[in-house]
Amino acid sequence: MLASLAGVLFDGFAYGMLLFLLSVGLTVTLGMMNFVNLAHCSFAMVGGYASVTLMNRLGWPFLATLPLAFVAAAVVSVFLERTLYRRLYRASDLDQCLLTIGIVFISVAVFAWFYTSEQQSARVPEYLRGSVQILGQSFATYRIFLIAVSLAITAVLVLLLERTRFGARVRAAVDNQRMARGLGIDVERTFMITFALGGGLAGLGGALAIQIVGLDPSFALSYLVYVLIVVAVGGLGSIAGSFVAAVVLGVSDMAGKYYFPWLGAFVIYFVMVALLMWRPLGLLGKR
Amino acid sequence: MANANLKPLEAVFWLATLLPFVLTPNYLSLASQIAITALFALSLDLILGYAGIVSLGHAAFFGAGAYTAGLIAKYCWSEPLSGLLIACIASGLLGYALSHIVVRFRHLALIMLTLGLGLLVHEAANSAGAYTGGADGLQGFRVPAVLGFRFDLYGTTAYAYALLVLFLCFLVSRRIIHSPFGLALRGIRENATRMPAIGAPTRAHLRKVYTIAAALAGTAGALLTQTTSTVSLETLSFGRSADVLVILILGGAGRLYGGIVGAIIYMVARDQFSGLNPQYWYFWIGLLLVAVVMFLPNGILGGLAKFSRPRT
Repeated sequence: MLASLAGVLFDGFAYGMLLFLLSVGLTVTLGMMNFVNLAHCSFAMVGGYASVTLMNRLGWPFLATLPLAFVAAAVVSVFLERTLYRRLYRASDLDQCLLTIGIVFISVAVFAWFYTSEQQSARVPEYLRGSVQILGQSFATYRIFLIAVSLAITAVLVLLLERTRFGARVRAAVDNQRMARGLGIDVERTFMITFALGGGLAGLGGALAIQIVGLDPSFALSYLVYVLIVVAVGGLGSIAGSFVAAVVLGVSDMAGKYYFPWLGAFVIYFVMVALLMWRPLGLLGKR
Repeated sequence: MANANLKPLEAVFWLATLLPFVLTPNYLSLASQIAITALFALSLDLILGYAGIVSLGHAAFFGAGAYTAGLIAKYCWSEPLSGLLIACIASGLLGYALSHIVVRFRHLALIMLTLGLGLLVHEAANSAGAYTGGADGLQGFRVPAVLGFRFDLYGTTAYAYALLVLFLCFLVSRRIIHSPFGLALRGIRENATRMPAIGAPTRAHLRKVYTIAAALAGTAGALLTQTTSTVSLETLSFGRSADVLVILILGGAGRLYGGIVGAIIYMVARDQFSGLNPQYWYFWIGLLLVAVVMFLPNGILGGLAKFSRPRT
């Protein structure tokens, strides 16, 4: 029981890191433009399928497909932002919800059409398979890789947002859009770049997720709930909040599945509802 | 309220709902499905269209009613009218309990909470497999007849039953909408902070309408159970919540006939395209949603109203 605790914590942390990658973009865009983008996981799916296609049909190595997954998802998200999303920035929550649910449905059908609705498999290279023994406990190599990548990306993201001029613009736009405009910040442009970044990170998350949770066209819907929980619990616009929420969610989901399998996802939803009732703005939400 | 009586056009519409008995007797089961879906959409319209509560978890009440009616038919008695009434009350009670949570929130937190509560109820039913049958659903019961009319293979009794219940619930909803209470709801939808200033208890009103909507949704669920003699976990799923939202938006939210028109179009289209893989069906639904949001913000009925009364 106790020996497995370390394993559960480790797997949960790795899972949480994955959820963080998938949801961090949504945290920023939701906090910044108040746009309820339920299609965020569709971007992740774009990244996942891009990676699978490059690997299985064109024979690219796994690591080389990751940047391409990022780029593909970023391009798709910017295209949608320019053509559809920007028209609804001032619309009601409901209209935004409906538009993006529509996009989710379309993406699910399109991927089912081109790739069938079967699970896609991706072969990771030899050096990422197997597991490492530390203190008599075995840790899957791929999960260690996943955690390392996620932590590196988190560090880069925090540096980008806290230490650069671009980051200052993003934070200004999240905190007070009108004031930011008044200071001459091109909020539209900043938002477009942030949106691309968020979509790209989701795409990267989608590519990395294939080994852990698999990939099929229903991904856009089944992981949407998890991503929304992370964003809602963490607080809009708060990266640190998402990080904490994703880790808590990942660990509690793993622990729930391991120790109380008969409860299923009940624990997660209950935690989400309770947290939201306690703090409607999220753990670290400002507004 | 001046227009509280049925207008001629409405009378024609309700008379036309009798036409399937004569014109399309082979499609009466579909017609009863449409009537049930229309009732479900009508219940969502009360909270979304009139009171402005966006819900992504309305199927919780539909499923609650469906399971209540199923459990009664399986373990107690097979008389449907009392089962319908009890299902209506049970889902209303669930709605009343949840309304205390729901009315405190707005915007994103509200959407998340209704989604979370819907998923919670779904998981609860899934976990309580001993009573609900879990993923297999509730089977092995039959509702033989209503008021002495046997449920036949063609769905004649089923459609008559569903249509009658829909009509009665519609009259109740109509009365509510045209009452001062209904007017207060629309006021809350437009501006929730100013309404208390003119003496409207916002939260009490919202709790009341949420309870009524839950009871109507549960009635629709119970109708589905009694006319099909099965209950599946799908009655509680997120997919059903999303479907009813699509139906209402397609028809036009905030209009009494929005849900009914939406249900007719959606269900008939789905029946016609039923040869397609359901995943491809959702492609068209998605496209339709995008188009409605972009070009027809008030749904089909809203578009028609604008078309027939052009601004001068």
